[in-house]
Amino acid sequence: MELTRLTAAQLSAALAAGEVSAAEVTRAHLDRIAATDAKVHAFLHVAADAALAAAASIDQRRASGERLGPLAGVPVAVKDVFTTAGMPTTCGSRILDGWHPPYDATVTARLKRAGAVILGKTNMDEFAMGSSTENSAFGPSRNPWDLDRVPGGSSGGSAAAVAAYQAPLAVGTDTGGSIRQPAAVCGIVGTKPTYGGSSRYGVVAFASSLDTPGPFGRTVLDAALLHEAMSGHDPMDSTSIDAPVPPVVAAARAADVSGMRIGVVAELSGEGYQPGVTSRFAEAVELLESLGAKVTEVSCPHFRYALPAYYLIAPSECSSNLARFDAMRYGLRVGDDGTRDAEQVMALTREAGFGAEVKRRIILGTYALSSGYYDAYYGKAQQVRTLIIRDFEAAFGQVDALVSPATPTTAFGIGERADDPMAMYAADLCTIPSDLAGNAAISVPCGLAPEDGLPVGLQVMAPALADDRLYRVAAAAEAALTERWGQPLLRQARGLDA
Amino acid sequence: MTVSYEEALQRYEPVFGLETHVELGTRTKLFCGCPTAFGAEPNSQVCPVCLGLPGSLPAVNRMAVEYTIRIGLALNCTIARWCRFARKNYFYPDMPKNFQISQYDEPLCTDGWLDVVAGGTTVRVGIERVHLEEDTGKSLHVGGATGRIHGAEYSLIDYNRAGIPLVEIVTKPVPGTGFLAPGVARAYVTELRDLLRSLGVSDVRMEEGSLRCDVNTSLSARGSGAWGTRTETKNVNSLRSVERAVRSEIERQAAVLDAGGRVVQETRHFHEDTGVTTGGRSKEEAQDYRYFPEPDLVPLAPPPEWVEKIRAALPELPAARRARLQAEWSLSDLEFEALRNAGAVDAVEQTVRAGASPADARKWWLGELARRANDAGVEVVSLPITPADVARVAELVAAGTLSDRLAREVIDGVLDGEGPPDQVVAARGLAVLSDEGALAAAVDEAIAANPDAAAKVRDGKVAAAGPLVGAVMRATRGRADAARVRDLILQRLTGA
Repeated sequence: MELTRLTAAQLSAALAAGEVSAAEVTRAHLDRIAATDAKVHAFLHVAADAALAAAASIDQRRASGERLGPLAGVPVAVKDVFTTAGMPTTCGSRILDGWHPPYDATVTARLKRAGAVILGKTNMDEFAMGSSTENSAFGPSRNPWDLDRVPGGSSGGSAAAVAAYQAPLAVGTDTGGSIRQPAAVCGIVGTKPTYGGSSRYGVVAFASSLDTPGPFGRTVLDAALLHEAMSGHDPMDSTSIDAPVPPVVAAARAADVSGMRIGVVAELSGEGYQPGVTSRFAEAVELLESLGAKVTEVSCPHFRYALPAYYLIAPSECSSNLARFDAMRYGLRVGDDGTRDAEQVMALTREAGFGAEVKRRIILGTYALSSGYYDAYYGKAQQVRTLIIRDFEAAFGQVDALVSPATPTTAFGIGERADDPMAMYAADLCTIPSDLAGNAAISVPCGLAPEDGLPVGLQVMAPALADDRLYRVAAAAEAALTERWGQPLLRQARGLDA
Repeated sequence: MTVSYEEALQRYEPVFGLETHVELGTRTKLFCGCPTAFGAEPNSQVCPVCLGLPGSLPAVNRMAVEYTIRIGLALNCTIARWCRFARKNYFYPDMPKNFQISQYDEPLCTDGWLDVVAGGTTVRVGIERVHLEEDTGKSLHVGGATGRIHGAEYSLIDYNRAGIPLVEIVTKPVPGTGFLAPGVARAYVTELRDLLRSLGVSDVRMEEGSLRCDVNTSLSARGSGAWGTRTETKNVNSLRSVERAVRSEIERQAAVLDAGGRVVQETRHFHEDTGVTTGGRSKEEAQDYRYFPEPDLVPLAPPPEWVEKIRAALPELPAARRARLQAEWSLSDLEFEALRNAGAVDAVEQTVRAGASPADARKWWLGELARRANDAGVEVVSLPITPADVARVAELVAAGTLSDRLAREVIDGVLDGEGPPDQVVAARGLAVLSDEGALAAAVDEAIAANPDAAAKVRDGKVAAAGPLVGAVMRATRGRADAARVRDLILQRLTGA
């Protein structure tokens, strides 16, 4: 039994049955990381000792007869944006070099409480700003399908770790597509839950009104298991929703779309979309129809303004959120040689500690919030946001779920878009509307683009708090497609195990 | 060139406004569960939230919102049905996040008023807004001459204060008070302080910085109708300073205008020691705080039923209480204002409650005790005597046990720490001599010892009884009632 090839659900069953120990499962994944991460660079920090200790404790508890949850003993990789007591947290930035947070994020704490074994912290675009991990101060992660290509971002390290069988599960955050876009281009499943469905407490903020923690898995069921374990109301996060977690695991098991009304978003297609993406997406829609869904085309006319609105709102919030990195209390401090005052040390530290994309967005956001410009930029963007929410409301008045490609293209080459911010931003074209509206969306693999043999993601979008619909649609598509392919899509990835 | 206050007021009409920051007395901070106790070891009352550590998030303290609504209601404000917090962005080392969570264009309470009395007139001060925000940490700049960050050798920061709930109360501009402006400003802060205390939302210890004022002042040429440019004076942290700061700005601005200059819109700094303000940041190159709605907090929407519950539970407010007491004690406006200015209303009320008549209570606190407080340079209420003590002294006088003179001696004893009045009376042997036999003997002795005086009285020269009375009083060491002694002497010598 090759433990790293098992899904989280399979590992959970084997652990519960006593066929394997958590220590064995953990060691197998740590070995896999040791063997492959020089190529993939999914991790910024591997917490081998802590992981083995946590695994041993789970084994002990199980041996003593304690009833444990489904994730007990299952390894999980954590994006380096979640605070972790006892492990560094850098957000892919030099400015947090050497910072060991004194507290666990709510998601971290819930994973620990569920008995999940945290393997380490995964690479990301600096402060979650980017779509490729190339903005990480510690170098990019690589796509397990093709090591010369990006794994997407910003949660690229988490996606690459799961796609490279280094971890069966990983958590990430989605602000403009940072879970779904890497999931799509790495050929795995990634969910952006309803905003407020999973706690942001301990998630180092990029854009507070958008940031949403969510799960990665190689299967829809695995993503649902993690989704359920990490979610739920948290009084420490005022924007957390005080409502039960939608029944995502049951929905993933049901995998049934018969009678569901599914809308294809007209605006998320056409120019700028890679032909192979468009054709695989069309096939997926036909497949859903063949499974009993009623498919119609739906128009969301304001989606075309989503990207510019996002690039005003997210930078505005980040310009304020990132102000706290000033060398006074933690992290990097530059120029404190006794000759400079606090203001100079702040400036030198921020100059040295932030990368180019972070600085670009801080400047953009500072400008957009400035007196005299606020109404024209931040204010206008918020109005657009309202229009996008209304588009969704109108669409969900007609259909139960919306679908589109998760990304306009498959994984692009490392360095290909690094000097072209607009091309980089376009990678999130399909994912941003759900972030602006705060509703739920998932990306599930729907095949390989014929022209480059790289995975394509099907995005499913659902109203807020209807996250379970995502899993019903995605699991139905996954089951039918896997049957068609004869094996999970990821088995065709040849970047690592050619 | 200097202009006296009187000259300034002949030519200019002052307009002032006040922004007052009050630390709320909640047990915990505004956005986390850290304690708010004053004087703890630096940086011992902190957590990831109030230190602004990456990833931490605020969660609003419900009690702080309730206190703010209480203040808004007591100031006759409208309570917002829906409002938001906003971020005020600027860099300063004692601000953990480099933004302050405050309120901007959607304050919790708006458009109220507070009546204040100064110089016998009542002035209605308009309240623009009352909003809730978090306090910053406290910087201590060491080395350098100014005690400010520029030029300091190093700085220490105590984040215990960071996140303590602050309420900012902003008045509307107050025009038309003329000469009274400084006094009205002071009366407003005094009234506000009393109001906040009565509401139980803050103990308002100005010396600990729990109430801090910024004073806006402008002048307009008399009859011009147009308001002048205003300055904002910071660091005005005592009642006396409020009055002095307004007065000093009126004089300074008048001098600038008289010299043909123009008042610069700027932030000025008040100096307690000299009583004058000095220039600071110019508002014309003001910082852009880039306010925007706080995305980490959901809007504040206090349910109307809750607001009404808070309104119903408001205690008797100082103005209502004063009106009631003034009526109960049958005092004129001026008499009552004198009592207020002495800070003795509470003391009198407690003295009355302990059994004294309102007239007696007022007489003692405003008379003998006020005089002693004045001699000692302290507030009358800080004298080491309780309202119960004063009531007891009044009672002893009323019963004839003490004469006024003896009562003053009893007060001496109480103030000297000899115990409560009865103990002082006993220890010093101060009770009026009421033993008729002993008194008669003392009278006989005095007549025998002063035959000349006695003869004159017998001859009908009643005024000659004085030395005899004096002799009796001496013999009894002042414990006899002089009028009674006089009666006895006349009786004995003239049979009258």
